[in-house]
Amino acid sequence: MTQTVQQLMAQCEALFEDLRFGVVKEWKAAAPGRKAIGYMPVYVPREIIHAAGMLPVGILGGGDQLEVIQGDAYYQSYICRIPRSTIELGLSGRLDCLDGMLFPSICDVIRNLSGMWQILFKDKYVKYFDVPQNFEDGIGGDFYIHEMRLLCEDLGKLADKPLTDDALRASIVVYNENRRAIRELYAYRAAKPWQAPTSEVYLVLRAGMVLPPEAHTRLVRDYIAATEAAPRPKRDNARVVLTGAFCEQPPLGLIKSIEMAGCYIVDDDFMLVSRWLLEDVPTEGDPLENLSKAFLHCSATTASKYEMRKEEKGQFLMQSVSKAGAEGVIFAAPSFCDPALLERPMLQAVLARHKIPYTAFKYAENTGQMAPIREQAGTFADSIKLWSAA
Amino acid sequence: MNTPVQPLPPQPSKKPVAPVQKEDAMLLQKEMINRNYHELAVAHDRGKRICATFVPGNLNELVMCFDFARSLPETNALQSGLRKKSGKFIMDAERDGHSEDVCTYVKTDLGMMLNGDVGPTGEPLPKPDILLLSYTGCFTFMKWFELVRQKYGCEATMLHVPYQGDGRVSKNMRDYVVKQLKETVIPALERVSGVKFDIDRLREYIKESVKAEEHLVHVLQSAKRRPTPIDGYFGAVYYIGPIFTAFRGTPEASQYYGVLRDEIDQRVREGKGPITPEGELTEEKYRLVVEGPPNWTSFRDFWKMFYDEGAVVVASTYSKVGGTYDFGFRHDPDRPLESLAEYCLGCYTNLNFPQRIDMICKYIEDYQADGLLINSIKSCNSFSAGQLLILREVEKRTGKPAAFIESDLVDPRYFSAANIKNRLESYFQMIKAKRVAAQAATAGASTTTH
Repeated sequence: MTQTVQQLMAQCEALFEDLRFGVVKEWKAAAPGRKAIGYMPVYVPREIIHAAGMLPVGILGGGDQLEVIQGDAYYQSYICRIPRSTIELGLSGRLDCLDGMLFPSICDVIRNLSGMWQILFKDKYVKYFDVPQNFEDGIGGDFYIHEMRLLCEDLGKLADKPLTDDALRASIVVYNENRRAIRELYAYRAAKPWQAPTSEVYLVLRAGMVLPPEAHTRLVRDYIAATEAAPRPKRDNARVVLTGAFCEQPPLGLIKSIEMAGCYIVDDDFMLVSRWLLEDVPTEGDPLENLSKAFLHCSATTASKYEMRKEEKGQFLMQSVSKAGAEGVIFAAPSFCDPALLERPMLQAVLARHKIPYTAFKYAENTGQMAPIREQAGTFADSIKLWSAA
Repeated sequence: MNTPVQPLPPQPSKKPVAPVQKEDAMLLQKEMINRNYHELAVAHDRGKRICATFVPGNLNELVMCFDFARSLPETNALQSGLRKKSGKFIMDAERDGHSEDVCTYVKTDLGMMLNGDVGPTGEPLPKPDILLLSYTGCFTFMKWFELVRQKYGCEATMLHVPYQGDGRVSKNMRDYVVKQLKETVIPALERVSGVKFDIDRLREYIKESVKAEEHLVHVLQSAKRRPTPIDGYFGAVYYIGPIFTAFRGTPEASQYYGVLRDEIDQRVREGKGPITPEGELTEEKYRLVVEGPPNWTSFRDFWKMFYDEGAVVVASTYSKVGGTYDFGFRHDPDRPLESLAEYCLGCYTNLNFPQRIDMICKYIEDYQADGLLINSIKSCNSFSAGQLLILREVEKRTGKPAAFIESDLVDPRYFSAANIKNRLESYFQMIKAKRVAAQAATAGASTTTH
């Protein structure tokens, strides 16, 4: 039965708001021995977790609904919020449904959190998952394949069943399809942002953090079909790319505020794990080698990834602006986010060279005051509209 | 052998400045650092190329194989902090669009560039010809050199050093680093310098490094004695200067550490405590282990707070950011590239949390410390994120009290002397109270036994 946008949104919102991860528990309870593995931003090869018969679960902090009590006792005021709310989730038992956690290399805070997790949750599988910053197949590729092989071995032991290449290939097929659906969704939003507001697209994407990929792919396509079937009014909004929110997530209210202020967000860097690999991963041949090549040669760019040449800086953002037909860029970075905030001036310089307008602000996942952001985004949208018309 | 000297350059503070006492080795290292700044200033005039690189995982021996003058941006920033220049640089960088939230070493460096590239000693600090990005133990390094590369337009070469997430160095990690050295870093250094790599030259430098490493460990471990002849944090900052920067692998570094060792051995024979800027510490009341870098803008004031209370630091983690030699690591001329890789992989901030906690607990035990003090640095997430867990774990495992203070590396806005002094005084009182309680318990047990 076809679902309406409202019905789909109700499902997604319920998943988004459930900080006890009920859907993960249900998935585990549906068959004996099932296991779930959490992972933090930006990227882990979820295919490996899936191939081990486990559910990959994206952990993106506690949002604005979680009261952080214990987590604050572990961090100074100048550390971003995502580690403290993640600790809160863990210590309050909300992550008990996870059998392990992966901490990918993104910044020093998440890196150190991996060691804290080893100490605080001794009975769980914990892995700091390093990805290469050298993009040569024979150097960074060899290292990465080895790291992925170790992860396969670890998860095979946890599952009590070794991972096979065939299982990995099958999982690559599943995730290729998921990424394809998400690319379609992003292309649809860029073409008709009034039909696919980012506050909805975000929730659809966020559902992919807890649903099995097969179910999430169906959800994405159902959403595109449902929203296409119910036309909405087109507004004279400014088309913007939002960047800097690749780790700690902004509150949903912030995304809505930007939209209400007169901006259509036509591209973003939320939950990059879903779109990290830019093209289908080949399904023939060695699956780990294929995943490695996709990572090294055909993956997204973000602040946590080294760019070999100066000329590359900002090109990914410029392509995003150009591909999505954006008129400006909003830099929205979490407070105290070293990668995003250190990257920002370099990206701004590139935009300035190309005369692309931008504005910047900081947020925390529990930011409550939206008026200043709405005002800033509104002024930015107005300035784009006024100056582009002049 | 202690020589009172006036600090140079003069402090802008209006307070009268008391004469500073320094060991001869401290003066020698200052001369070496200043000489290196001069060599950088005249490098291009003399036809030399300049390589900039970071302290943790620095590959000084390798860089010397290509005749580069060596610039260490963290050292430049901390020297600017010591000389009270960093505050303006940071604010200039913030006015130029850099966030108030990010590392102040980075902003000091960028601010220095905005102010015409004049180094801490007042001589020009020319643009580097190559940035050797030793990405070891600190994520910010990567962004730092991307920012510098964008400003200067010079070439950068990346050495990605994997983190010891599992608490060990695997063969895969070592091979990855060695392969990068062979196939990426060395070819880039050859290209920019025009000098062909000679592995035997590298071996010779590494042989020299080992001598300095042996001396340094001897000096650092002298703090196991009572009284300790050195301060393992404030004093150690001087001791690690040459070996963590542009001098490891040079005969002058070996000579420096030989002089230092002799000086410290002499202090041991005489039963003397450490030299501080305020004079010799004659009564050792508290022995501490310190985690985290020092504050540089108020370095002397900070040290004085310890001196005034009779507190001495017997071991510190900061003095291991450029190598954990006291746990046995030595560069190996027979395996030059492999040992460079192991060196990079083993720096303190590249260790995982359980390893860091083990190390601190071991220091507390081996150096008979009264407790742990964490100086949590706003700028440095690599050190600071999670330090409150370190504090709890160390207290739990050692039964020794731990305390927590906050400051910054080179941002004078984040050094609150009154707050820090208060905290330190409370901490020392706590140690004293624990000591009294322990003595009472021992006396009680002894009475009961009799």
